[in-house]
Amino acid sequence: MTLSKLWQRLVQTARLSCGVPDYDVYVAHLRTHHPERKIPTYAEFFRDRQIARYKGTGGRCC
Amino acid sequence: METTATRPTGILGKIVWGVIAIIGAACLAVIALRRGEPINAIWLVAAAAAIFLIGYRFYGKFIEHRVLQMDPDRAPPSVLRNDGLDYVPTDKWVVFGHHFAAIAGAGPLVGPVLAAQMGYLPGTLWILFGVVLGGAVQDFMVLGLSVRRDARSLGHMLREELGPMAGVVAMFGLLALMMIVLAVLALVVVKALTHSPWGTFSVACTIPIALLMGVYLRWLRPGRILEVSIIGLVLLLSSIAYGAHVAATPALASMFDFNAAQLAWLLIVYGYVASVLPVWLLLAPRDYLSTFLKIGTILLLAIAIVFAAPSLQMPAVSRFIDGTGPVFQGQLFPFLFITIACGAVSGWHSIIASGTTPKLLSNEREARMVGYGGMLMEAFVAIMALIAAASLHPGVYFAMNSPSAIIGTTAEHAATVISQWGFVVTPDDLTRTAHDIGETSILSRAGGAPTLAVGMAQLLHNILPGEGMVAFWYHYAILFEALFILTTVDAGTRVGRFMIQEIAGLVHEPLKSTESWIGNVLATTICVALWGYFLYQGAVDPLGGINTLWPLFGIANQMLAAIALMLATVVTIKLKRERYAWVPGIPAVWLVICTVTAGIEKLVGPISFTAASQKYADAMQAGKLLAPAKSAGDMQRIITNNSVDATLTAVFVLLVLTMLGFSIYAMVKAWRSRLPTAHEAARVALASVAGRSS
Repeated sequence: MTLSKLWQRLVQTARLSCGVPDYDVYVAHLRTHHPERKIPTYAEFFRDRQIARYKGTGGRCC
Repeated sequence: METTATRPTGILGKIVWGVIAIIGAACLAVIALRRGEPINAIWLVAAAAAIFLIGYRFYGKFIEHRVLQMDPDRAPPSVLRNDGLDYVPTDKWVVFGHHFAAIAGAGPLVGPVLAAQMGYLPGTLWILFGVVLGGAVQDFMVLGLSVRRDARSLGHMLREELGPMAGVVAMFGLLALMMIVLAVLALVVVKALTHSPWGTFSVACTIPIALLMGVYLRWLRPGRILEVSIIGLVLLLSSIAYGAHVAATPALASMFDFNAAQLAWLLIVYGYVASVLPVWLLLAPRDYLSTFLKIGTILLLAIAIVFAAPSLQMPAVSRFIDGTGPVFQGQLFPFLFITIACGAVSGWHSIIASGTTPKLLSNEREARMVGYGGMLMEAFVAIMALIAAASLHPGVYFAMNSPSAIIGTTAEHAATVISQWGFVVTPDDLTRTAHDIGETSILSRAGGAPTLAVGMAQLLHNILPGEGMVAFWYHYAILFEALFILTTVDAGTRVGRFMIQEIAGLVHEPLKSTESWIGNVLATTICVALWGYFLYQGAVDPLGGINTLWPLFGIANQMLAAIALMLATVVTIKLKRERYAWVPGIPAVWLVICTVTAGIEKLVGPISFTAASQKYADAMQAGKLLAPAKSAGDMQRIITNNSVDATLTAVFVLLVLTMLGFSIYAMVKAWRSRLPTAHEAARVALASVAGRSS
């Protein structure tokens, strides 16, 4: 694995640990499966996920 | 590792595993048999590593192939329901990191520290074997079950496999557990900050820092988590450094000097406000900071232990296994197994293993690494916490963890009492330690966090010496624990609110709507009042609170673990794999025995809540006042609190027995059926949908 790939994975892990999934993956998913939908900017995507994280019973441990 | 799953181990492999087994056995022998002279912590680390590797490679694999029968060719929910957001096939290391960040919390850092009163050996053995045979089995199996059921939650699986009533009962149990968790964790913070202006100042600073981060993330640089976390970290470290100045300046210090009851009220008010504010403003930014700080600090602790290689000053087995210990009451069985919950077996993980993680696994064969492996990592954290506590001078350890009702409030008195127990310590040792960490006293700071902080500060000071650095590291460790506990309190209050709304919805449908403003405020108030009650009671408790509340928390957490393992046993039988039912069955039975025994001892007998309440009631009858009560009102409050605790204990015992009843019923039915009756989602071949994922 190259260094840049490793860094990318670390960033992905860190973001996911904060409840923010991979933006590029989401955009790719929208393009392939829902071309009619508007693609959110990263800022919009981030806000949406931020709110979603604290809604369910998931979350963290004691 | 994964590619060898179906291949028999080669000659070289056999030799390597043989060597690991011998190393593990040798280290364990040293730990268990060496008496009289202190042993080095590295033995513990090596024994843990060897045992975990063997458990992961052999027992984990056995569960994967035989019990759960994980199928690499079966499409997991992430592929079948790929939506690019919640359900996304994700790299296994990323899933592992995310899962570990979600399960690692304050629990594994507190329990082992408290259990160190019995010596380091009992706690070590329970963590090592408890995790391999119980905790990791639970996490892995719940994850495996959830992956086979469209990543459904624990509650959903309980309803489906054990019946709707079992689901409702479990829901109440979960809510009660949640309230106790929040109260006891908040109490850890209270204990750490009582009359500590330095600590209180730096913890208070996290609020404006988080607000600043929230604004930055919202408007200045949206979504730049890493950037803002670095800014936050720098500000936090500055606030710790400035805290020394605050503590040294009487005018400033008095502004941040609170007693336990005041701190409890501050936390209650804070918890309420924080949970009704928009998440982006306070909760989310602090969450990011605490997540990164948590992982960073765990790494720092690991490095410190490896490089400082401290020797363990606590005896292997102390005289307090007889149940007379000052930190928590009760004998080794069952109370050791209740005190160390997280780190050995943690029921709460069953929520996480059936939450986000199963939606991310890209293949069933990765479940072992994430579920079983993730829990082994947490057990490692617990071992490190135990090492940090056991490497302290035992006199200092007992001074920090014993209630003032036992050791008094002066260094002289405490030193005399503790020396009589056989842990010779001078008043000077105690005051010097307090001075080193920049505090006025170290007495009766139970709750694990301060002890761990002193242990960690000394370890870090060994590898990074510097004038006054012990005090800095101590407050760093306190801040880090307080930070993520407060995040748990915020987030937990929100989760508790949703739980309460769900329960209320059973009675009156509209209350369920999370959009309803009245419903929100009402549920939040109930939630904060529930944990706030227990927190306040702990803060004014004659035995210091942790002594009372930690067993309740342990019983509740192990109860949930027992429920999760019973579910796993039921499903194993429903799948007609009866011959493997012992895998989740044995830890389930063990936890039922432990929780019920501990529950009964807390209900009747010398260490029970009932006895404590009776003692105060008798004194009141005789017209006497018992410390710390200063009035008849105080006496009455202590009696009421103990009665409430007794009632709650009874509820937990009944709950676990009810769930046992539901499980046995389901098991008998499934055993009699000739066909599998588990509610697994239909198998879809991975090959047939491979192109569907992005």
